[in-house]
Amino acid sequence: MRAGGRFPVFRSPAKKEARRVPRLLSSFRQRGGIVPKFANFREKTPLASNPLFPYNRVAMEHFVKFQNVQKSYDGETLVVKNLNLSIGKGEFLTMLGPSGSGKTTCLMMLAGFETTTHGEILLGGKSINNVPPHERGIGMVFQNYALFPHMSVAENLAFPLEVRKIPRDDIRQKVQQALDMVELSEFGARRPAQLSGGQQQRVAVARALVFEPDLVLMDEPLGALDKKLREQMQYEIKHIHERLGVTVVYVTHDQSEALTMSDRIAVFNDGVIQQLSTPVELYEKPTTTFVSQFIGENNSLQGRVREVSNGIATVELHGGTIARAQAVNVQGENTDTILSIRPERIIVDPDVSGGELSVLEGQIEELIYLGDHIRTRMKVADRDDFVVKIPNVHGHKILGSGQKVSIGWLTEDCRALDCNVIDMEGKARQ
Amino acid sequence: MAITGNIDKSNGDDGVMRTADGTPLKLSLQRAQRRQKQRTFFLVVPLLVFILFSFVFPILNMLTRSVEDPQVVSYMSNTLDALEGWDGESLPGEPVFEAMAQDFKIGRENKTIGRVGKRLNYEKSGMRGLFNKTARRIDKIETGPWKQTFLDIDKKWGNVETFTVIQRHDSAYSISYYLSALDLKHNEQNEIVRQAEERRIYVSLFLRTFGVSLVIAVLTLLLGFPIAYLMANLPLRYSNLLMILVLLPFWTSLLVRTTSWIVLLQSQGVINDIFVAVGIIDEEERIQMIFNMTGTIVAMTHILLPFMVLPLYSVMRTIPPSYMRAARSLGANQFVAFVRIYLPQTVPGISAGAILVFILAIGYYITPALVGGETGQLISNIIAYHMQRSLNWGLAGALGSILLLSVLVLFGLYSRFIGLRGLKFG
Repeated sequence: MRAGGRFPVFRSPAKKEARRVPRLLSSFRQRGGIVPKFANFREKTPLASNPLFPYNRVAMEHFVKFQNVQKSYDGETLVVKNLNLSIGKGEFLTMLGPSGSGKTTCLMMLAGFETTTHGEILLGGKSINNVPPHERGIGMVFQNYALFPHMSVAENLAFPLEVRKIPRDDIRQKVQQALDMVELSEFGARRPAQLSGGQQQRVAVARALVFEPDLVLMDEPLGALDKKLREQMQYEIKHIHERLGVTVVYVTHDQSEALTMSDRIAVFNDGVIQQLSTPVELYEKPTTTFVSQFIGENNSLQGRVREVSNGIATVELHGGTIARAQAVNVQGENTDTILSIRPERIIVDPDVSGGELSVLEGQIEELIYLGDHIRTRMKVADRDDFVVKIPNVHGHKILGSGQKVSIGWLTEDCRALDCNVIDMEGKARQ
Repeated sequence: MAITGNIDKSNGDDGVMRTADGTPLKLSLQRAQRRQKQRTFFLVVPLLVFILFSFVFPILNMLTRSVEDPQVVSYMSNTLDALEGWDGESLPGEPVFEAMAQDFKIGRENKTIGRVGKRLNYEKSGMRGLFNKTARRIDKIETGPWKQTFLDIDKKWGNVETFTVIQRHDSAYSISYYLSALDLKHNEQNEIVRQAEERRIYVSLFLRTFGVSLVIAVLTLLLGFPIAYLMANLPLRYSNLLMILVLLPFWTSLLVRTTSWIVLLQSQGVINDIFVAVGIIDEEERIQMIFNMTGTIVAMTHILLPFMVLPLYSVMRTIPPSYMRAARSLGANQFVAFVRIYLPQTVPGISAGAILVFILAIGYYITPALVGGETGQLISNIIAYHMQRSLNWGLAGALGSILLLSVLVLFGLYSRFIGLRGLKFG
């Protein structure tokens, strides 16, 4: 595993750490801080689990719990509507959603910078509604890093330890360890302004972890980085999380970031969690039209439910074609629905004899060569934004613009969802 | 190939970067920028001329006047010639008095001898009277012996110091104005000594000015910091309202503001009336809050407050709230977060505001003149006095120069220790 070489510091000094921890702990408790169980910089057993199904690593104790939380700024509209959410210890949970969906507000309420208008937030089983931010013991990484510009990197890292009145020698050691962890050992004396964006980002992460909190919040921490660095930092944060076993609540509007890093993703829209599940399930089995369109690319076809039996909906599409789909979120017969199907699950020129297929006629509008696949835009059932991805493999179909082809999909790949049409232009394409 | 050729040329043997046609790059750049520079210069010419005539020239003039000392050299040249080689201890001989008689007669004719008397009067009181009296009397006397004639006119001519004073002005330039401005003088032995206790005014006045300016800078900081903080952190509509309230004094006449303080603070004024009405003080105990130092400080603090608030605001506006949040989330309580995170970041604003207020306060004239009474006068009021009343422009120039120098020194210290880079004046 790559991480083994990357973070050597946290492998060996376990004994030393163990000795120091109780002293630290007691000093925390005296200060009234919430430190339920001390999350030491500990070596965590590398997870042998299949990363696609990380259920088993999520201890389903309710470490963080939102109970019927509502938030309003102006007394007229709710920014967060009756939120219920449990986060397990050691979990990496991402709050994903377009801007204005209430995800950052939830994070700020958890951090203590916003009050809840109604409901309670529990941390380690205790309500923290009336605990001020500095006593919550929650690490936080901010969008613009918020590194103190008048302090050196080492002073930035020492700050949370100094305010906890930790002995000077321990501070020096912990700061060095944290710097080693983010591979900035030589940069302690520099000012934040003298670091690159990626380095500042790492310092911010190290600072949120240096006082060994159980819970770390990250508010779009990678937003200011360029694409390549952002991807690299995604892996680094993911690995740090795996090593330290710290619980992370991460806010982003970037779905690929969420899919890369998270154990579970809570998709927010309009102050409501639309779906809370693992990245795999979120992509494969969206339960609302919003989620299906927000996560990844998706084809939506409007239609009317004609029959529902055994969980299979028979839908009449615009133009009269009949298609079959899994009835995930339909109101019943003779109601409107939106069929949702991924572009890569569509079969061009299908073998009809299989039986489980829905087959439609499509006319090719546009072909875009993208190397690994050919993105094909078609006109299907009165919509001209139907996208099919044809993989660039040996013997793939060679199609031409204007050509008519038959397309089809397996019933299990197509999901009949609610018909809340969402303006995805502004929201999903951020 | 053409590209290769260019590269070869651009790195000639002499190591100078060259353009494609072989001219040095720097020269070419200068040429290209010349037109632009000329245009830029042309735009600032009106301001430059204005500053030259209204600022640079008067200051140079003031500096010159503070060291110029032409009267004795111009109008008593014969006397000075005759005094050359004088031992300075015994009374000079007849030749000196004869030369002096000549000078007095010419001076009387040209009406210039009075200026010498006035000038020497700054050094030794009574000289003006002596010169006027002598000039009047000597005019009627045609022949010597001159020594006896002078002694007959006034016994002071038998005083060696009179001649010491005259001889000291044998140069057209002198530092005597600066000596007076620092409460120093030449004694009979031509040594620099301090003025007599009761004649020392200026040093203590300088110190008082600095002290008052410091107090005002601190007061404006204490009063302005919270306002600036609110302005920088409240929602826009509230902060705009605050901004208007801060700027309101700027739109009001300075005289109106100052006199309104008189209305408020005088012994029959609003505040004293309220105190008496509420019963905090008795009718006879009305507090004297105006026409003294208190009045000066109160009125000047009020007038200079915007100069503290605006630089503070401009710095605070750039401090995002996430710093404080970060500090809180890292475990610091409000107070620690403020002192260790917020306050250090406002230092450029604090120092800019403090320097601005301090410098403005040091040279403030109108407010102390109106509400300062006797004890609330500052150095600028004395300078104005010497400019307008006593017409001792040399001394006024010397005092002004010292004021200017002390401001420059302060500024130099500031830029050395804190740096001018972070300085923001709004």
